[in-house]
Amino acid sequence: MKHAHNTTRARAIDPLPGFRFALVSTLLWVGLIVALPLTALVMRPWQEGIGAMTAALQDSRMFAALRVSFVSAFLAALIDVPLGVILAWTLVRARLPGRRVADALIDLPFAIPTAVTGITLATLYGPQGWLGAPLARLGISIAYTATGIVVALMFVGLPFIVRSVEPVLRDLPPDLEEAAGLLGARPWQIVTRVVLPALLPATVTGFGLAFARGIGEYGSVIFIAGNQPFRSEIAPLLIVVRLQEFDYPGATSIAFVLLVVSSLCLAGVAWLRRRVARGLITGAAA
Amino acid sequence: MTAPVLNKKNLNISRWVLIITTYIIVGIMLVLPPVLVIIEALRDGPYAAFASMTDPDALAAIRLTLVMTVASVAINSTFGVLAAWLIAKYRFPMRGILLMLIELPISISPVVAGLVWLLLFGTQGWWGEALNRMNIHIAFAPAGILLATLFVTFPYVTRTLLPLMEQQGRDAEDAAMLLGASFWQILWHVTLPEARWALLSGVLLTTARAMGEFGAVSVVSGHIPGLTETMPLHIETLYNGYQSVAAFSMATLLAIMAMATVSLRSVFESRAHNVATGEHDA
Amino acid sequence: MPLHSPITVSRRVLLGGTLACAGLAAFGHQRRARAASGLLNVSYDPTRELYHEINPAFSEDRGRVQGHDAIIVRTSNGGSGAQARSVLEGAPADVVTLGLARDIDMLAQHGLLAADWQKRLPHNSTPFTSTIVFLVRKGNPKAILNWPDLVRPGIQVVTPNPKTSGGARWNYLAAWGWALRQPGGNETAARLYLKALFSHVPVLDAGARGATNSFVQRGMGDVLIAWENEALLAAKDLGPDNFDVVVPKLTILAEPPVALVDRNIHIHGTEAAAQAYLNFLYSRQAQKIGASHYFRPVDPTVAVENTERFPAVATFDISSLGGWKSVQKTHFAAGGIFDQIYSADN
Repeated sequence: MKHAHNTTRARAIDPLPGFRFALVSTLLWVGLIVALPLTALVMRPWQEGIGAMTAALQDSRMFAALRVSFVSAFLAALIDVPLGVILAWTLVRARLPGRRVADALIDLPFAIPTAVTGITLATLYGPQGWLGAPLARLGISIAYTATGIVVALMFVGLPFIVRSVEPVLRDLPPDLEEAAGLLGARPWQIVTRVVLPALLPATVTGFGLAFARGIGEYGSVIFIAGNQPFRSEIAPLLIVVRLQEFDYPGATSIAFVLLVVSSLCLAGVAWLRRRVARGLITGAAA
Repeated sequence: MTAPVLNKKNLNISRWVLIITTYIIVGIMLVLPPVLVIIEALRDGPYAAFASMTDPDALAAIRLTLVMTVASVAINSTFGVLAAWLIAKYRFPMRGILLMLIELPISISPVVAGLVWLLLFGTQGWWGEALNRMNIHIAFAPAGILLATLFVTFPYVTRTLLPLMEQQGRDAEDAAMLLGASFWQILWHVTLPEARWALLSGVLLTTARAMGEFGAVSVVSGHIPGLTETMPLHIETLYNGYQSVAAFSMATLLAIMAMATVSLRSVFESRAHNVATGEHDA
Repeated sequence: MPLHSPITVSRRVLLGGTLACAGLAAFGHQRRARAASGLLNVSYDPTRELYHEINPAFSEDRGRVQGHDAIIVRTSNGGSGAQARSVLEGAPADVVTLGLARDIDMLAQHGLLAADWQKRLPHNSTPFTSTIVFLVRKGNPKAILNWPDLVRPGIQVVTPNPKTSGGARWNYLAAWGWALRQPGGNETAARLYLKALFSHVPVLDAGARGATNSFVQRGMGDVLIAWENEALLAAKDLGPDNFDVVVPKLTILAEPPVALVDRNIHIHGTEAAAQAYLNFLYSRQAQKIGASHYFRPVDPTVAVENTERFPAVATFDISSLGGWKSVQKTHFAAGGIFDQIYSADN
């Protein structure tokens, strides 16, 4: 309603001052910092002829690297969902000792530079690390395998899930859970029928953010991944390798594919979230 | 009568299971890494850790990080506010595309965020050679680091402001306009006071991200100690130079700076939340 | 209150844009101030400690003995290929001291320095040489003595990625040259050996130092193939109780060269200082510093003084494999033998 009203108003000259100034400065800002460099990125692969681009796009190693990046980012975001939801729930609902500290720590992966994350995780999970050594005795190796990539991406992605879910959970009245309990619902039912559906849209958003972040992640991964072509080489690393080989069409082609696919993923998640949100509303009305 | 009691008990058990799981997740995923960093930093005692900070290259890295952070926060906040205002208060053609462009950097790999600037300003790129001849250096100079930082921290202010500004609508602005207020007066006295906590939160998010950026900056920096090394890059250099105490000391300092920024943010956010709910109650 | 006229608004925007550009330019112009007082040496990975000591020694020598203004030399370190690329892209190097001649050749191809750069300084422009050896855990528990031991079942080998690291290319070529020189050795056999070798490599770090860190600090693998200087540094200085150096029966003579970046020194006006810096690398003082960091000195007297620091080795050199130009093309270019080793069917 309001939307339509605004649209018609924009057709005429909007009387609210500042439109032109805000538009021009935003266009300048977006143009210089985002559109211009991305134009260079989109145009560069073709600069050495269409052959270089098509050759780069047929490289099986690129597909392997993209697969490693996407699969690891997907798995990491997926595993982060239950962990993040549990964390958010206890932070909001349970009055735990150390809750404030835990709350601050949630943002740690976002605040720590990715190279430090990489060095630290590689040290922790390395064959002699605090976690790596006991795991090695169990025959599990994490550092320098594809699992290492997932571990690093889980760390990086966790805050996105928690911070997306937390505000929604805070707005969800706890009485609802208690009422369901008094009505005889089993805890599992309370969780699956009452809490989770309400959290679903926020969870999908968090998942999408963690996933998108994971696809492009570089610094924290290269220290803990084995970096082997076809097995544990992520797409951003392959871009760097191609650059080192002075293969600009190759590097920019991968960057281009990465850009297109991760934008599509983000758009997909936004669409999914809208659908889920709408489904929830109609479900509640029914 | 028995059933609810049983449920209550079940509820308690699962509650404790959840709480213990939380402690385990937080412990392994979030406590161990910083503890390791701090222990490594203090391996030769606190004096060695502090002494490593007084190295001229370390000081230069800290200074460069602070300058880059302040500059990129100032630029991105100013333009971010204007963009959020534009998108929230007006309807115009291509608005969706503009919004998409603003959000795009979030989904772009840091490596790509650095690479794009080389494509423009590297000597193999579009303008690098010409600018070089005019003795203007952008790639492998602080200007390139600034551009890379601007790119990766681009969307945060707009993103945090936008939902709030859209929720506000523009009735207050329209009223101010009818009273004859100018653009700056409306923005400064009507829109921003309402949105100040969200703005602060976006600014702090930008700050934290700007301080810690590694991938994008590493592509355009050239890693020249004392000149183009920011704190994250200097940490890598120190670590590769077998100076792990110095590396982890600087990592600790950077993590403390970033954590302080982010914690401030959650303080402001809860305040913003209280303000919002307070209004609902009233 | 009148609305803002569009003209003042766009003027303000224009002003802002100009200011932004001026700001960028001001940042950019810092370079000139640096050029007057300093040199930048863009170097490869394992020279961090070496130049950390040589640079101040040079500054002092130039100030005290030769009576010039004090000059600060900064060194940037990284994988040799990566460093060469950043110089090509505009990093303001006055001199490059890289892991292999091919990376400097590439800069010459793009016109940054003269094509005959390698003839401008003694010993093929190589003030220090090195070789490729093995670093193993203390006491050599897996009894690794020579190249064939690396491909025994259960052995994990750490070596960096030849695509990004200069040291890794020397490692690869040492293995290749050894395999060629075995009885009945030919290209097919060498290919098979390298394929087997890389199937024992669990991690490909981007640079030599990254690989050393994986092996030394994180306990990865049974053997590290490394620069001799890197291996001796780790064995003698980092953990005398943790590591041993093993010299294979036959290995490669590694020659990491140095050169002036002609184009940059003309822009910076640092021709004399940069030339003096490279000459200083051949001085007795610098050669001694090099030897103390386990780089083999080319100065014969310093070499004799330090014989006990360096194990005796049997080596072949890069020209016996056809020189860097052909080696780069057959082995490391896109689709070359290294790519074939790591092909999709693996």
